[in-house]
Amino acid sequence: MARIASLAEAVGELVHDGDQVALEGFTHLIPFAAGHEIIRQGRTDLTLVRMTPDLIYDQLIGAGCARKLIFSWGGNPGVGSLHRFRDAVQHSWPVPLEIEEHSHAGMANRYVAGASGLPFAVLRGYTGTDLPKQTDTIKPVSCPFTGEVLTAVPALNPDVTIVHAQRADRKGNVQLWGITGVQKEAVLAAKRSLVTVEEIVDELEPRPNAVTLPGWVVTMVAEVPQGAHPSYAHDYYVRDNEFYKQWDAISRDRDSFGQWLAEIR
Amino acid sequence: MTYTTDEMMTVAAARSLRDGTSCFVGIGLPSTAANLARATHAPDLVLIYESGCIGAKPGQLPLSIGDGILAETADSLVSVPEIFNYWLQPGRIDVGFLGAAQLDRHGRINTTVIGDYADPKVRLPGAGGAPEIATACKDVVIIVRQSKRTFAERLDFVTSAGRPSMIITDLGVLRPRDGEFVLTQVHPGIEVSQAIEATGWPLRVSADLSTTEPPTPSELTALRRLTG
Repeated sequence: MARIASLAEAVGELVHDGDQVALEGFTHLIPFAAGHEIIRQGRTDLTLVRMTPDLIYDQLIGAGCARKLIFSWGGNPGVGSLHRFRDAVQHSWPVPLEIEEHSHAGMANRYVAGASGLPFAVLRGYTGTDLPKQTDTIKPVSCPFTGEVLTAVPALNPDVTIVHAQRADRKGNVQLWGITGVQKEAVLAAKRSLVTVEEIVDELEPRPNAVTLPGWVVTMVAEVPQGAHPSYAHDYYVRDNEFYKQWDAISRDRDSFGQWLAEIR
Repeated sequence: MTYTTDEMMTVAAARSLRDGTSCFVGIGLPSTAANLARATHAPDLVLIYESGCIGAKPGQLPLSIGDGILAETADSLVSVPEIFNYWLQPGRIDVGFLGAAQLDRHGRINTTVIGDYADPKVRLPGAGGAPEIATACKDVVIIVRQSKRTFAERLDFVTSAGRPSMIITDLGVLRPRDGEFVLTQVHPGIEVSQAIEATGWPLRVSADLSTTEPPTPSELTALRRLTG
């Protein structure tokens, strides 16, 4: 049974300096409040894992929490670049950032392997790209039955995965719906997990297409209304596209980012 | 009606999509064009977004590939591993509709870095879904504004290497001939010399060069309703 705690308590207990941490949510249900709590608690040397670093990792990277990033697409969707990510890669600011770069299909399959308890996943991917020259976690593998050369990528098993969901019950059973991304795999792949939720309810009513994470596979649950903002929570609030556009200016230079960071801290 | 070169590009890209087919849609220009196709000649075009939305029917353009409007209007909503493994990988999807930061004469795309990988001049977003979209879809179409910087003699990094059938730009249309992309179509009012000037490799011009039909008032009205 998942333990219900405050966000500060849960992050304090589950996220340690130097951990490999995955905060997942594909455009939808991105756990921003938990990211901000990691910044407030001053975690450092994290290996951040996420398919789309998005604003949340731009913030963590700019705040100096990360040593390494494992990812597949680092932009501000529909807006442009992630300036803090760029500054870290191009100028090692505020600290050097090592990168391990994949495609979406590769990252998704790495989580699948992690959730499945397998050492690696197989896909037909990365054909003709330069990625395998730069990323040593992309290797060819031959099918033992047909001889076809495919691509192998190793499992991801984060020390802790954090996701946001619409709701949980008092036993810590979690329910999320809408675009569910890779959250189920990311939670099942992890050694520890934290789910922040919009609300804790007495009973989870069935929802079409919902993913349920039973409380016994979740370590901790924290109630954090608006915890995905400026991302969104389907049936609770919409994506704050204006903030995504404003982030471009906020993050573009170190000073204006510094002002934003001071408010968060 | 007067129109911009971007509007011409989007209309030309929309026209390339046939009704009743399925299209894996990248964000930005490809998404605008695919939605315009649905709003005009291709109401039964199936739009597929990598966020897991299959058959999305947004009434207004999404900013990201995962906006709520896509999920709410989709025929089917699946997880991200499922969209790549079950839907894209087996070659079920007719057309991959992609943008590019930099491309070469073979239609290979760079969205990773400008300059050296280890010490880049400009760090770009990276691959996303593109490497597998470019190779698993039956056909690939690229939509991109044409400039010397974008149409590069040599790529700093190959992010995606598919076999596109068409590159649609704000100046015209390029198609592959004998292993490299050549200019086969110019948009109304565009000189061939402008297209050559905006290409980083010596651009060949097809003998059967044609001129794109200008956008119709109904195409422009539908486009402005989407973007407005």
